[in-house]
Amino acid sequence: MTTDDRSRDRPDNGGVVRTTEQFGRELGVEQGVGPVELIPEAIADVELAPTAEPIPRTQWQLFRRRFLRHRLAVISAVVLVTLYVLCFTAKWWVPMDPNKQDLLLGPVSPRGAHWFGTDELGRDQFARIIYAGQISLKIGIAVALISTIAGAALGAVAGFYGKLTDQLLMRVTDLFLVVPAIAILAIALRRFGKSDTTIILVLAGLFWMYVARIVRGQVLSIREREFVEAARAAGASSPRIILRHILPNIIGPIVVNATLGVATAIITESTLSFLGFGVQPPRTSWGNMLSTAEGYVGTSTAYLLYFPGLAILLTVLAVNFLGDGLRDAFDPQSEKH
Amino acid sequence: MLTYITRRVLYSIPVVLIASFLLFAFVRATFDPTAHLRSSRTAAEAIRSERKRLGLDKPIVVQYGDWLKKFVQGDWGRSERTREPAFVMIRRALWVTIQLIFWGVLISALIAISMGVYSAVRQYSALDYTFTGLSFIALAMPPFWFGLIAIQFLSSDVKDIFHFQDPLFYSVGLHKGGLSGINLDYARHLVLPVMTLTVQIVAGWGRYQRAAMLDVMSADYIRTARAKGVPRRKVIFKHGLRNALIPLVTVMALDIGVLFGGLIITETIFSIPGMGRLFFDSLLRGDATTLVAWTVVTALFIVAFNLLADIVYGLLDPRIRFS
Amino acid sequence: MAADDDATELEPVELIPAADGSSRRLPFDPDAPLLEVEHLTVEFPTDDGLVHAVDDVSFSVRANEVLGIVGESGSGKSVTSMAILGLLPKTANVRGSVRFRGVDLIGRKEKEMQPIRGARIAMIFQDALASLNPVFKVGDQIDEAIRVHRKLPNRAIRERVIELLDLVGIPQPRRRADQYPHEYSGGMRQRAMIAMSIANDPDILIADEPTTALDVTIQAQVLEVLERIQERTDSSILLITHDLGVVAGVADRVMVMYAGRQAELGSVDDIFYESRHPYTLGLLASLPRLDRLGAREQRLHRIKGQPPSLTFVPPGCPFHPRCPAAEVPGRCNTERPDLRSVGSEHLSACHFAEHLDRERLLAPERATS
Repeated sequence: MTTDDRSRDRPDNGGVVRTTEQFGRELGVEQGVGPVELIPEAIADVELAPTAEPIPRTQWQLFRRRFLRHRLAVISAVVLVTLYVLCFTAKWWVPMDPNKQDLLLGPVSPRGAHWFGTDELGRDQFARIIYAGQISLKIGIAVALISTIAGAALGAVAGFYGKLTDQLLMRVTDLFLVVPAIAILAIALRRFGKSDTTIILVLAGLFWMYVARIVRGQVLSIREREFVEAARAAGASSPRIILRHILPNIIGPIVVNATLGVATAIITESTLSFLGFGVQPPRTSWGNMLSTAEGYVGTSTAYLLYFPGLAILLTVLAVNFLGDGLRDAFDPQSEKH
Repeated sequence: MLTYITRRVLYSIPVVLIASFLLFAFVRATFDPTAHLRSSRTAAEAIRSERKRLGLDKPIVVQYGDWLKKFVQGDWGRSERTREPAFVMIRRALWVTIQLIFWGVLISALIAISMGVYSAVRQYSALDYTFTGLSFIALAMPPFWFGLIAIQFLSSDVKDIFHFQDPLFYSVGLHKGGLSGINLDYARHLVLPVMTLTVQIVAGWGRYQRAAMLDVMSADYIRTARAKGVPRRKVIFKHGLRNALIPLVTVMALDIGVLFGGLIITETIFSIPGMGRLFFDSLLRGDATTLVAWTVVTALFIVAFNLLADIVYGLLDPRIRFS
Repeated sequence: MAADDDATELEPVELIPAADGSSRRLPFDPDAPLLEVEHLTVEFPTDDGLVHAVDDVSFSVRANEVLGIVGESGSGKSVTSMAILGLLPKTANVRGSVRFRGVDLIGRKEKEMQPIRGARIAMIFQDALASLNPVFKVGDQIDEAIRVHRKLPNRAIRERVIELLDLVGIPQPRRRADQYPHEYSGGMRQRAMIAMSIANDPDILIADEPTTALDVTIQAQVLEVLERIQERTDSSILLITHDLGVVAGVADRVMVMYAGRQAELGSVDDIFYESRHPYTLGLLASLPRLDRLGAREQRLHRIKGQPPSLTFVPPGCPFHPRCPAAEVPGRCNTERPDLRSVGSEHLSACHFAEHLDRERLLAPERATS
């Protein structure tokens, strides 16, 4: 009889426990030599005192349970979903027109119908924030998605095949990491224009490198593990190994990184727009709203400053908490807090 | 140790060369140095002769070669915008920026290390949670927004509330007109820009240091030190911190690149005539010559700092030195 | 004259001067037994419940002897030793008393323990590579061990360091002292740790699995060093290991632990030749023997089952689910066996200690799996 872990609920040991010999005797089975299948439950009872082994569930259940334990992450997830929904359904529920100017009204601080006030062209700030959210959020997700997919693919290939592809990847990314990101992005945007798509592509064009390096590192460490060797010995082809053995194991860090990529993308876009290199008026993003607001620091219209900034802060904070919760849900040992 | 350093230096050289070439080509492709001539009536002719003068008709690699030759001799061209030699402009701006970086890194390092050590030693204390909370917020804020808010509250509002004649913390430049040197006026000018520059960095470093300290403090050699009878304070600082600083120092040096990016925003907001502002102005005006020189100098700086990181890492960790 | 252990302010009754002439804060009694552990209990609260790492353990260590503590992983042997020096995390709940020369060490403040650690009671650990600080030279670390306790001129300490390295058999000690831990081999590192621990002539040296991470040949060398040290000085050694073979060669007395409790305690001969506990007998039976070859003995015997979780220790005798001699249902699963005397200075915690069929328990089981 083997003494493997019995992955099953164990009854508390206050009950009847017999030695193997006694049990065998009672069953009329020859002492110590009995078919294991006879009464597996009963025989198993004899074996072990309860060890503190959790009842294993599926990976997904474990993950979900760990994630739900993070109240902050769960709240953040809810907040983000709400935010996205609110922003993208603006057409149907925001009463004001974000671009409608009311020069007679001028700038008013938050009150009455204008929850966030108006700017000096009389445009309602609340509406502008919501509509601007569409752009900022869209860019955030798109950049993260594209750079993660491209970066993960290239990083995995480089990490797995090693040698030349790896060296190539490392050297190329080395080159780009040597100049400040904002500078490169600003120059690129100046050159290639400033439509939303261009912005997304330009940002993703730089971000994929960070993802690629991380994924490469992960793949390198997984590649040496025994189950990969085993798969190879069983005859699996390289692409199969990458897809079915390696990727599932690194999906955790990839997802976490993608989440944090959204945060970085939002902040970067807002920074570039603030400087004038990103989203251009008349299109609004949170960043270029702040660019206008800059001129009013120290005046009575300073309130223009708060809301776009708070919008970014709130969104990014939620994304970061979410990312933290995801990281912990994927691998509880990765961060001690 | 020496081989380690030489290896690193040798590796950096091709990186710098290739990066500078790419930047050169990139900027050249983006900006046309003859753009300012387009409006004149004799455009076509003037443009052609200017192109010839600047060597723009030659293949890009040759152009790069010419440029490189001049660059290493200190001739970085003349700015289209101000007609000043780029070298002079950059040198001036660099000096200003170095001050910002110096103070920024110094203060950030001190705060981050203290935070990290405290949080690790007094884990789960109220202050630990506060630090973590503040870090999260700091990391989620766009740094330029923080700068503007800081100006609004600490400069403008404080002045209004207390009826000061001058704001307590200045938001323009590094010195009041006519003054110079390191003095209270200088400090008052520095506070807000340095805060803005480093708010994200401190948060990042602080969290990293905390994690590193926690890791280190649970290591076996700490247990040995305690078992030897080493007093608690010494265990934390001599045995713990020393080891925890190793990864932090590398991160710090690598973050300098991030710092340079942050400079662009900070100097623009606070009207500080440093490298960041220089970049911004040059980009806006399409000043290709200055931009090329700027990007290459910045790249050199970052490569130098990465090299420094590697060297310091080797100095701190004997295991790296001898392998 | 024993001091009042409950008072926070201890009366300095007879201060034993330390080697450097300064007196210690704690009043040690030169006539009291070296180390007396009584009813030591250590518990850790965790998310899953209370972990009973050490449960009512009592033993003593005399001068000039080697006491081996034997047990599987999780039997509580390491925790016991850490409790002696007060090295457990703050979350640990420690009860009972650990009297070193008459003075109870449990619950002492850090400042009171520091003069003892590394000076009167020293400890070496299992993984010498992880236990030595990688960024300091080996010589400097030994230097520190001395410097923390005595004020001596640098040169003197330096010479002592080299002397110690030589004592433990490290070749070219002068050169080696300036090297870093990663430049040493595994066996040398362990010797360096030993050198560090005996730097201040401790009365007790606690060796926590010193040979577990080493090759067998290196093991022998390290044990030999320990033996030599013990002979030359008057120190006692508390040798913790899971390897009976190690203990057989070096120990004078042996204590067997299981699930945080003591199973048996006696002289090395008692334990190996006259054992009176099913667990000990099981351990002995599972030793591979070269003198018992033959078809019948081809399978290695092992004790069936696994050690219990220390959070949910079985009622009664913790070994009963795995014990071939257990009376279940009966005393074995209801009544916790006390450590009783079964011979001269030989104690066993088994209800049936005197009636055990030792022959049967020692012989390998028929192959059943």
